[in-house]
Amino acid sequence: MDFYTFLIQLLNGVQYGLLLFLVSSGLTLVFGIMGIINVAHGSFYMIGAYLAWWLAARFDSFWIALPVGIALTAVIGLALEALIIRRLYDRDHLYQVLLTYGLILVFEETRSLLWGDDVRGVQIPAALSLSIPLTETLSYPVYRLWISAVCLLVAGLMYWVLQKTRLGMIIRAGSANREMVQALGINVQLVYRIVFAAGIALAGLAGMIAAPVSAVFPGMGNQVLIVCFVVIVIGGMGSVKGAMLASLLIGLVDTFGKVVHLEAGGVKLLPELSSMTVYLLMAIVLLWRPEGVFGQRP
Amino acid sequence: MAVAAVVASLAALVLLPLFGEKFTIQIFTKIMIMAILAMSLDLLLGYTGLVSFGHAAFYGAAAYALALLTPQYQAASFWTSFPLSVAASAALALVIGFFVVRTRGIYFIMVTLAFAQMLFFLFFDTKIAGGSDGIYIDVRPVAKIGEWQPFDLDNFVHVYYVVLACLVMSFALLRTMLRAPFGRVLIGIRVNEHRMRSLGYPTFRYKLACFVIAGAVAGVAGYLSAVQYGVVNPEMLGWHLSAALLMMVILGGMGTLVGPAIGAAIWMLLELSLQSLPQGGGVDFGKHWQLFMGAFVVLATLLLPKGLAGIAEALRRREKGGD
Repeated sequence: MDFYTFLIQLLNGVQYGLLLFLVSSGLTLVFGIMGIINVAHGSFYMIGAYLAWWLAARFDSFWIALPVGIALTAVIGLALEALIIRRLYDRDHLYQVLLTYGLILVFEETRSLLWGDDVRGVQIPAALSLSIPLTETLSYPVYRLWISAVCLLVAGLMYWVLQKTRLGMIIRAGSANREMVQALGINVQLVYRIVFAAGIALAGLAGMIAAPVSAVFPGMGNQVLIVCFVVIVIGGMGSVKGAMLASLLIGLVDTFGKVVHLEAGGVKLLPELSSMTVYLLMAIVLLWRPEGVFGQRP
Repeated sequence: MAVAAVVASLAALVLLPLFGEKFTIQIFTKIMIMAILAMSLDLLLGYTGLVSFGHAAFYGAAAYALALLTPQYQAASFWTSFPLSVAASAALALVIGFFVVRTRGIYFIMVTLAFAQMLFFLFFDTKIAGGSDGIYIDVRPVAKIGEWQPFDLDNFVHVYYVVLACLVMSFALLRTMLRAPFGRVLIGIRVNEHRMRSLGYPTFRYKLACFVIAGAVAGVAGYLSAVQYGVVNPEMLGWHLSAALLMMVILGGMGTLVGPAIGAAIWMLLELSLQSLPQGGGVDFGKHWQLFMGAFVVLATLLLPKGLAGIAEALRRREKGGD
């Protein structure tokens, strides 16, 4: 593997990892703060991607579609919390998993009724459809760099809100001791609602910005969800830092896993088996630290 | 009274092929296979308190084992392929269990799902056994002992009775096991694992053994399903089936063996009736049956935490309080 091929794969891996972080951080935050496991989280990645396709065609502009799509997913998140998720706070994880699984079926079928089951594509916005030439034959698309930049910006913003603002302080306090925060006169219910909607909007955002580089297809949310579970198992449930570390790790392992097999053509391993490397990584972490790298020991 | 109900429904199942049509017999074959599978999951869920979201993996594994053990255009022997397929599921459960049983709570849910999906993608993405299309078992296994053939798996009535026999045996096995000290330890682990450990029980080994037994019984169901339909596909390993199984157990009531079997019947019949919904207003409701199934799952988990067994219990209490 020469330097430029390596560089391209490195950038691809980081970009995929950062995108995973956008989805998994919402999932892990909602669990860490509200104690809710939302299996339908991945559906919002799918919904985001379909919204990007649909809205971009409506408004004839990706740049209008993006904020409208984020607002829509956030509204769905708020409504979902108010109608259903609220009733799950005191329930066993088993019921949370089953109920949100039921939501996946509802979301997928609604999507199928509204937009059909075809694979869709979204055009890369004109301003970003450039490539940076690396060598005579190799180049790197600017849009992928932009995805990474957006993800990093959101991650930085998330860090700032959680660590440096009053809202973040309440969120962190609420996850440590709900009753105490409530006793101090803070509306924890409202804080939960904001966190849940923000997590949903993050997944929607990830789906929207990923839409131009990956196809928009049914079931794309469930694929991401499973990988996010692996991220969270490795990083530790409830830990945003762990989600970041594990997302990047998975992004790189997955990307290089595919390339290394192609390169070592003589090796008898099937290239499709590269998707197993991610689970292998999870198995190793489970042996070493069953509660994840940054998880709290029981 | 409960015993009488079980005996009566068993008698009805034995007599069903005498009166039922082919379609009915095949549906009930399928329901009994799901009942075996749901009972095996309840061993983990209701008795030991392990919420497995990947139980379909062991069902599909045995089915794939039969597909791979069957030589092309020839029949495999039932007497070797059956134990080998179940052993394949048990071995898989041993390997996966070794990793997952050390986790608890929410991690257990996620990790069982992740490993099951790993297996799903293994069969979906690679050409090991037909990829995403699945693989056909051209010739059903033959159950010959020397020249004598006690049953013929090409005959759907024979398949029905083989499945019924397996259901009864699985039930008897699980019931005996759960009444033995082994089962008491499993229940103890669910109630308070720390206490069991401080009493000197190696809980890791007990949980692993339980996971392997549940995987093996799920393998019995998977093998039977492959025999019934002669086709195996990745969906049999997928998480939609795993989630449906959890719903069956919860609907029928956790921590009983009869409950999950009833839950399986309700779920399968509901699925069947939703799939045959008519078209209306330009929308094919039968095609989008999962919309209703999803709504049903949401409502059932919100309103019926103890399943239908909970309703029965509430009714009984009201009757007692009424007089």
